[in-house]
Amino acid sequence: MSRHPAMGRLLDRDRPLSFTFDGKSYRGYQGDTLASALMANNIRVLGRSFKYHRPRGIFGAGSEDPSALVQLRTAGRTEPNIRATQVELYDGLVAHSQNNWPSLDWDLGAVLGLASKFLPAGFYYKTFMWPAKFWPHYERLIRNMAGMGRSAETPDPDRYEKRHAHCDVLVIGGGPTGRAAALAAAKDGSDVWLVDENAHIEELDGVTVMARTTAFGKYDDSLYGLLERTGDHLAAPKDDAPRQILWLLRAGRMILASGAIERPLLFANNDRPGIMLAGAAARFLADYGVCPGKRAVIVTNNDSAYAVAQTLIDGGIDIAAIIDQRHLTTRREIAGCEILHNHGVIDTAGRRGLTRVTVAPLDVNGDAVPQSERLLDCDLLCVAGGFTPSVHLYSQAGGKLTFRDDIQTMVPHGEVGGITVVGAANGELDGGVGEPLNLSLGRAKQFIDLQNDVTAADVELAAREGYQSVEHLKRYTTLGMGTDQGKTSNLNGIAVLAGALDKPQADVGITTYRAPYTPVTIGALAGREVGTFLTPTRRTPLQEWHEDNGAVFVPAGLWRRPHYYPRPGETMADAVNREVLAVRQNVAIVDVSTLGRIDLHGGDVAEFLNRVYINGFKTLDIGMCRYGVMLRDDGMIFDDGTVARMGDGHYIMTTTTANAGPVMAHLEYYLQVVWPDLDVHLTSITDQWSVVAVAGPQSRALLESLDSDMEFANQALPFMAWRAGQIGGITAQVFRISFSGELAYEIAVPADHGHALWEMLLAAGEDLGIIPYGTEALTTLRTEKGHFVMGPEADGRASADDMGLGGMLSAKKDFIGKRSLRLPALEPEGRPNLVGLIPKDGKTAIPPGAIMVDRETPGPGMEKAGHVATSVFSASLGKPIATAMVTNGRQRHGETLWAHSPVDGRVVPVEVTDPVFIDPKGERLRA
Amino acid sequence: MSKYSLTSLIRHGLTGHRGWKPAWRHPEPKAEYDAVIVGGGGHGLATAYYLAKNHGTTNIAVLEKGWLGGGNTGRNTTIVRSNYLLDGNAKFYEHGMKLWEGLSQDLNYNVMFSQRGVLNLAHSKGQLETFRRRGNAMRLNGIDAEILNRDDVAKFVPAMDTSPNTRFPIEGGLLQPRGGSARHDAVAWGYARSADQRGVDIIQNCEVTGIRRDQNGVLGVETSRGYIATKKIGLAVAGHSSQLAAMADVRLPIESHVLQAMVSEPVKPVLDTVVTFGAAHLYVSQSDKGELVMGGDIDGYNSFAQRGSLAVIEHVTTCLVALFPQFSRLRILRTWGGIMDMTTDGSPIIGTTPVPGLFLNGGWCYGGFKATPASGWVFAHTLATGQPHALNAELSLDRFHTGRVLDEKGAGPYPWLH
Amino acid sequence: MILITCPHCGPRQESEFTYGGDGANARPAAPEDVDDAAWIDYLHLRDNHKGPHDELWQHVQGCRRWLQVRRDVVTHQVISCHVLSADIADLADSADMVEGER
Repeated sequence: MSRHPAMGRLLDRDRPLSFTFDGKSYRGYQGDTLASALMANNIRVLGRSFKYHRPRGIFGAGSEDPSALVQLRTAGRTEPNIRATQVELYDGLVAHSQNNWPSLDWDLGAVLGLASKFLPAGFYYKTFMWPAKFWPHYERLIRNMAGMGRSAETPDPDRYEKRHAHCDVLVIGGGPTGRAAALAAAKDGSDVWLVDENAHIEELDGVTVMARTTAFGKYDDSLYGLLERTGDHLAAPKDDAPRQILWLLRAGRMILASGAIERPLLFANNDRPGIMLAGAAARFLADYGVCPGKRAVIVTNNDSAYAVAQTLIDGGIDIAAIIDQRHLTTRREIAGCEILHNHGVIDTAGRRGLTRVTVAPLDVNGDAVPQSERLLDCDLLCVAGGFTPSVHLYSQAGGKLTFRDDIQTMVPHGEVGGITVVGAANGELDGGVGEPLNLSLGRAKQFIDLQNDVTAADVELAAREGYQSVEHLKRYTTLGMGTDQGKTSNLNGIAVLAGALDKPQADVGITTYRAPYTPVTIGALAGREVGTFLTPTRRTPLQEWHEDNGAVFVPAGLWRRPHYYPRPGETMADAVNREVLAVRQNVAIVDVSTLGRIDLHGGDVAEFLNRVYINGFKTLDIGMCRYGVMLRDDGMIFDDGTVARMGDGHYIMTTTTANAGPVMAHLEYYLQVVWPDLDVHLTSITDQWSVVAVAGPQSRALLESLDSDMEFANQALPFMAWRAGQIGGITAQVFRISFSGELAYEIAVPADHGHALWEMLLAAGEDLGIIPYGTEALTTLRTEKGHFVMGPEADGRASADDMGLGGMLSAKKDFIGKRSLRLPALEPEGRPNLVGLIPKDGKTAIPPGAIMVDRETPGPGMEKAGHVATSVFSASLGKPIATAMVTNGRQRHGETLWAHSPVDGRVVPVEVTDPVFIDPKGERLRA
Repeated sequence: MSKYSLTSLIRHGLTGHRGWKPAWRHPEPKAEYDAVIVGGGGHGLATAYYLAKNHGTTNIAVLEKGWLGGGNTGRNTTIVRSNYLLDGNAKFYEHGMKLWEGLSQDLNYNVMFSQRGVLNLAHSKGQLETFRRRGNAMRLNGIDAEILNRDDVAKFVPAMDTSPNTRFPIEGGLLQPRGGSARHDAVAWGYARSADQRGVDIIQNCEVTGIRRDQNGVLGVETSRGYIATKKIGLAVAGHSSQLAAMADVRLPIESHVLQAMVSEPVKPVLDTVVTFGAAHLYVSQSDKGELVMGGDIDGYNSFAQRGSLAVIEHVTTCLVALFPQFSRLRILRTWGGIMDMTTDGSPIIGTTPVPGLFLNGGWCYGGFKATPASGWVFAHTLATGQPHALNAELSLDRFHTGRVLDEKGAGPYPWLH
Repeated sequence: MILITCPHCGPRQESEFTYGGDGANARPAAPEDVDDAAWIDYLHLRDNHKGPHDELWQHVQGCRRWLQVRRDVVTHQVISCHVLSADIADLADSADMVEGER
């Protein structure tokens, strides 16, 4: 290991650590990054580049690094494309190189480098087109070559958290400028947060300092997205701690002190491991005491490199020469260091890492003077091309940038509300770069984007072919599209484009900065709402009973409703048939607590209901219920349900399960926006009640056997009436309404008593053979009865008349959606109508989702007559039946159509019938 | 203009690729054109191409206020499909699918059309029945469709969590095997190059600021580069259709909304199809470069900002982890937003307007990319003949006046719900 | 994530609200009396202004009031927010509270 004995301010040499890279064991220290530890172990090649598979090493020292990417950790914790420069070393760390086969040293993919002259930017747009049918094979090859690291194959064992916070001032960047700004801001007692992506940020008095925290995005109304890495410096998060925390921080004001990122220089073969940003080389030495090389050449176009040279000399590194590209009037000197002014590096050598550079004097045009090259042996080449302010968050907020010639880069220009940019991020830079980037140094490939292998020639080709907007350049060449997001390459790419277009760089512009500043873990964005917590699950008071009693569930919005209750050995069909027959022949109960329930109070409720529903509500008496259908203003059915009049100015409305929320918002809209003069108050009471439907010819007998003060005889409680009282000591409302078409009651009790009621009904009905039934039996029952539901029949494109409810449309009053019924599209002729279907042979199941056609073999000119809406086996009738929406269907009863289901290769001839299969006169439900 | 081929690539490679000619010219606008197409995205460029190719109309200009393909063409999640329920939509999108299938060869530009399938997941029996209806309608319309059960889904997308122990267990799905994705930028560039070759003037950095007309119809457009006379104007500026139509005092059934998209860092192949989650908002595929490309629902309120709320990104990633728990440690690399023309029935508008000579192609909601070839094809026909083609007859602006809307979702006249 | 200052509840983020569309699109007071064109105008046509935009939001996870919001749809900045009421003048008292702070 080559470590400097005194340098390395972040190292704790008393705490050695071991780690592996590509299966070999190495040692490092607490305080190292993976990059510094690898460097200390003389590992120079970390991976291979995206396109040509060229060896890639450590180029930067932080989040700007484009090339030191590794596959970190293993199994469910493995992560691709991790910058070694940002990985804090821990004991037992495991890393692998990426994008090579069979090995990092001998990578077959490197043959692409040999063919590179035929693979310029966008080559894939120009070929792989013949023969056309070969494209899938070409594409498979492309896909296998592309990508970088690998995704885990098993779920992430770690946990992520989200936190919300507010502060007065957010300072981004923990360098001297940011620290000074934070202290100044905190003086008046403001709540100041200072965040920095690095690990080692000292505390500040009166300031909340957050290390390992990246401010990655600026969103509306001063919301900042911060990612805090609380567990990544450990082998695994401790105890139950989260691995990362996503902070959603509202900051009154933001001070951007994010500094600047050094730019590379362009010259031939400027991508070899051993070539790195000058500032990064100095940082490795100062922070980690590791020598990036033994003998260095420094090439620069500004003064900042001279301080780097001094640091390297202090660290014991030989400086072969400082190559200063500038024409300077006053020359810089450093003791013991050869300085070649007005020179440039024009080539480099070294197959698996730098061994030598070629330098040459430059003429007045900046071109290398022929026949005057000099070879310098070295294993480190520090490049210093000036600095690019990190203006990402300012720019995300809509801040404008302007090009400054003296530093050859874009800087903030003008105010953006609530944001102050300070220090290097604002262009206050030490190293001035007065000259445009020299683009003519060497003939071989000059790399701009080290990750995606975009070269100066690629940029020139793009310009030559007309891709002259910076956005076209980015998209055509993939410049800056890598995981480093072009932090070291974008500006140089634009400089080359400006050169190719012979335009000032200021006129070429820059691509849009978008969040995130550095890539953000998907798990952190997802937080804890993963697995079964994806969305909340609504539970009725009876949910536990359903779970304990073997219900199979079906999602219904946020609810999970019992679909059916299979007994041991039963298929779904067995169970559903048993449940249906129990309702038709006996008695059964179903949990209908999920239906929306809205309480309406006020002097104008009847008027309001009259406007909301298609049918009249002014004649509804206290103690009675009425079925109603509501439309949207476009005339289509929006929802249906019953309304019970509880008293003077007091009604309870039920809605469908799925529409409970939308109906409430709809009613509130009309009351608050359209008819604010109406005296109506709405309260959602869905969660306050537990509701059980009791259905079947024995349901009255069951109710009469209960301890209740209510009378259930037909005269006392006729169809569509309701009564209040108590059942077994529980306050209850009993509504005689029916969805199944049988004698039925809905019993509503306060939610906490739902379970008691349910058990009471089961116990009392035991002798009657009572069973619970689920939503599938409910579907069969209502299909037998010809009731439409929202979704299969009323799919948002259906009118009331389509459902056969034209008679309900009141002519005496206006109601929501009525005006639309006069539009040409709503004229009855040619509309789809609700009909029933039976198979011609009386036994073949009608395929669900089938399309109705007027012939057995579909072909040109065929008429699509409609579609099967709900298909069930009617246990009551002992045969399959269905509902369908059929064009002019009401006039087509008796006609034969074919239900086509090509997705399962079935065609079933069916007869169109009335949709009501059971008890068309309604004698059962009035019994 | 040299043809693109392996041979030409090798030939140019030997001379350092210095011989490639521009893919399109950068002409100055002429004083007058037979037709002016406003909007240099995929739709506008495709319209120009088909006007030239199918109708022989070449004295036309495409005016683009920024750079080609800089709007929604370059901001979508590149999905191509024709899995529509309603006939008016299905026949149109399926015509597009057929054009996609030969597009690279037709344009001599590889748009990397990748038919890896589009799979819509169903999470309940009812949802699967809705998909069966759509699948059957597709099949009867000559469009490929398959219904998968849970085991089929598990086999088709082995990386996905198809276990019953999830919040919304997967019941099955609707697969369109011919669906897939394409390289969005290449579509704009390929059409631009081919249109340019046929003589179309493609004029970038040319913003239309006004529409001049008299009682007989349009006369021309005012632009940031001067007045251009023309008797036919085709608007293909989805995202800003209302603004351009307003220049001719035409109001549209459109609101502009932002839709966000995002990509992960590139990884080796893990997902070989397009998956859409049926219980919440997510669609995801893996690009040829290796990035997971994702999108969700619109942010849900009028917006002309090409950026959106972090909450939507959180929701999309949450859904991704629900389906693929192993992707939790991948990272989001880029996010962006595009401005959608959301119509009041969720379907596009292609056809004539009340102003003679002014034609509209817009209202793409978030499905415009896949329609690019078909849209250009029928819009070219409409511009050339003054009448809609049979394929876009039902997509007319007039449908809103008769109530004969194409409400694919049945959500009603609320643009943000489509 | 937009902050909307609800006159009842104070500044809350957009996830507590649902959008209700163009606030300037008034429903005809007597739909039966208007012609098809006027009705279609209400049902389907929108100004879709680019810039300050009057729109409706409902504070569904708060007071459940429908609010008239003026918001710049280019910058997303909320310019004002007030409760819908038959008599807007009643709200004059709370005007300083409801105007966006920025």
